[in-house]
Amino acid sequence: MHVMRRLRIRSFATFATSLPVLSLILVSLVLTCVQPANAIPAFARKYGLRCSACHESWPMLNYFGQKFKDNGYQLMNDRDAPIWQNPGYWPVTFRILPIWHRVSTGKVLVDTYSAGSTAPTGSAVQRVTSSGFDLSGLDFHTGGTLEKNFSFYVLPSSDSSGSFHFETVMARLDNLFGSPWLNVKLGKFELDNLLSEKRILTLTGNGGIYQLYHFIPQGDGNIFGQMGDNQLGVEVMGHSYNDRTRYSAALLSSVDGTPGLPYGSNAYSGFFTASQAFDAGKAGVQRIGGYAFVGLAPTTWITQTGPSGSTVIPGSGIGNKSFSREGLVGQFYFGQHVDLQVVTQHGSDSAWFGQGYGDLIDGIASGNNTTGTTLPAGSRSPTWNGVLLEPHYVYSPQLIFIGRFETIRMSQQSTPGVAQSFGNITSYTIGYRYNPFMTSRAGFAWHNEYNWLHQDGTGPSLGINAANINTSELLLGFDFDF
Amino acid sequence: MRTGLRKWSLWLGAAALLALPLASSAQLSTNDLAQKLNIESHIGNLTGHAKAAAMNYRRYCVGCHGELGDGNGENAVWLDPKPRNFQLGIFKCRSTPTSTLPTDTDLFDSIGRGFDRSNMPIWNTLTKQERADLVAWVKHFSPRWANEKSGDPIQIPPEPEVTPERIKAGRDVFARVQCWKCHGVQGMANGPSASTLTDDLGRPILAYNFTEGSRPKCGDTDRDIYRIFMTGLDGTPMPSFADNIKPDEAWDLVFYLRTFMSQHSKEKDMAKQLGLKPVDPNAPVPAASGQQ
Repeated sequence: MHVMRRLRIRSFATFATSLPVLSLILVSLVLTCVQPANAIPAFARKYGLRCSACHESWPMLNYFGQKFKDNGYQLMNDRDAPIWQNPGYWPVTFRILPIWHRVSTGKVLVDTYSAGSTAPTGSAVQRVTSSGFDLSGLDFHTGGTLEKNFSFYVLPSSDSSGSFHFETVMARLDNLFGSPWLNVKLGKFELDNLLSEKRILTLTGNGGIYQLYHFIPQGDGNIFGQMGDNQLGVEVMGHSYNDRTRYSAALLSSVDGTPGLPYGSNAYSGFFTASQAFDAGKAGVQRIGGYAFVGLAPTTWITQTGPSGSTVIPGSGIGNKSFSREGLVGQFYFGQHVDLQVVTQHGSDSAWFGQGYGDLIDGIASGNNTTGTTLPAGSRSPTWNGVLLEPHYVYSPQLIFIGRFETIRMSQQSTPGVAQSFGNITSYTIGYRYNPFMTSRAGFAWHNEYNWLHQDGTGPSLGINAANINTSELLLGFDFDF
Repeated sequence: MRTGLRKWSLWLGAAALLALPLASSAQLSTNDLAQKLNIESHIGNLTGHAKAAAMNYRRYCVGCHGELGDGNGENAVWLDPKPRNFQLGIFKCRSTPTSTLPTDTDLFDSIGRGFDRSNMPIWNTLTKQERADLVAWVKHFSPRWANEKSGDPIQIPPEPEVTPERIKAGRDVFARVQCWKCHGVQGMANGPSASTLTDDLGRPILAYNFTEGSRPKCGDTDRDIYRIFMTGLDGTPMPSFADNIKPDEAWDLVFYLRTFMSQHSKEKDMAKQLGLKPVDPNAPVPAASGQQ
């Protein structure tokens, strides 16, 4: 243990010595890149607008960008149809990040070895830290209009090993009957979250998502309520001419966006939003709204016993049980430099999910709700409350400082007697993104971020009580699209 | 000692990471001149301040209109029509007589309305205050505002009731002032002069095609259309007809122009009932009203 500590100190010292050199090299590289690139990201290229026109800081949308998106990637002038573009124009942009990051996870249960023994002789709890150069996944964004008021978006996305999936595939009928109040989208798409996780400004493993959008209580088998995941379904959406008033209603398959109907045979969810923005003079535009994600998902699965044992038949899920997530959203601006994004959530799962029934296909659930199954006495619906606060300081369209505080607190555990705080999450993220150039042709950000996440009771057991886990990550990288 | 040095190295490194982008961004910040200016705009009860618009101009406008407001942003080379050169202080959409400066409200409305058949979007997501600030910013580019006052808005009489007689009278005005030479006898921008049109800077420019369904540049209400041919579109071949057309005739012309437009209107219905034919370029030019 002592040796391990010394090793950590040495590696930290090496890190400390090399950081200034690394910093200077990277910053020099950034500053030498202060010149326009030669190609244009999809939408900016079409309309000749800088990234900053639509993005508070790329990729987060500002109000103009949100309106552009709500209009089906159209400016609503006479040049929205692709006939106005050069025939060689193909609306595609790719995005990837080369990074350096350092990930540190506290209280990991590890094997210990006695001298001369090649087999583990015991176990201990220690922090595991790793650092190095790495890659993000690769996104190929393509979207725009097929014709005036017919829009589309297709996003093949890979992980860092190059394994692709379809993150988004949707077509949209815009401004039906000439009204912005009626637009219909079909396919796999991001839910209408005003604070979009797909346009998040942070990139670390835990800070690069909104914990609130993916929270599942410990031991819960319901993966289907993750509003941060793109979902398969149909969405009706509408807005006022200036986008100050918005609504949306989506009917979704309860499959967490996975194609091929792998889960329930007849399970659907609904996602509903409404919001109103106000002109607050010099402070800017303020928006408040609400959302509700309610649905049913399976807990009972048909199984098949073969040579390798019992397996679950995909698509066979029945025994639907309910879940819900609802909350408020606020986008508050305090002049041109400071804003605060707020999301709250109250979540609830059926007691069946809370007791470990649900997604057996991926092995998330621990039980199958077959005929005669009963819940343990006293089982209750797990419930929780959370809040997400994300302030930004926009020094200029090219430099933004980001902060985030998220906390999720269980208000009721499914099993009586379980510690009230079990599974609670608290997360802090700080960072900044600097765009050395701002043109309509490409995007580039020098990204620095630090995230710290704490979860109660999910570490290895230390005596009677389970340990809390603290995880941190420092990330530096070049975020670019072209 | 060595550990202390390493700690300092860490903090220095972190400081370098934060400070260098800040410093270089500060270098990129422009328009220091504007910070010194105190130009205002006045739109109703709103007062816009130029210096408050610096960031929004940089965020939304500079790509086309350029840092200096000369219409030479990095996208300008790709755009047609070209972005407005604010330094000239010449604007198409005004409520003021030809050759005069527009009112602050004219510029304010242009920002919020956008321009069809150009790359200028509808910036109605900005707050009114932000738009008022941008108007003040736009004004700071041209010395005209330092030396001249905005023109007085033209007077537009109340819109009369449309009648078949007025539509026919409007056709006569259309023939008399020879709108058809550029706009064509059916409003399709295919008149004999259409292919020769250039703006004041010698760049080719298209006449407005009334039939294609796009919004007229300076607004699509009857009053907007009235205003266009009574003020002219400065910087373009579209002159002001204020000296050639009486206010009553101008309304007749508005009604006749509505018969060209693709949107359904009572003017179109009336023209159809009348069996109204396009003007004949070779026919004698109708006399102005009051000259018969």
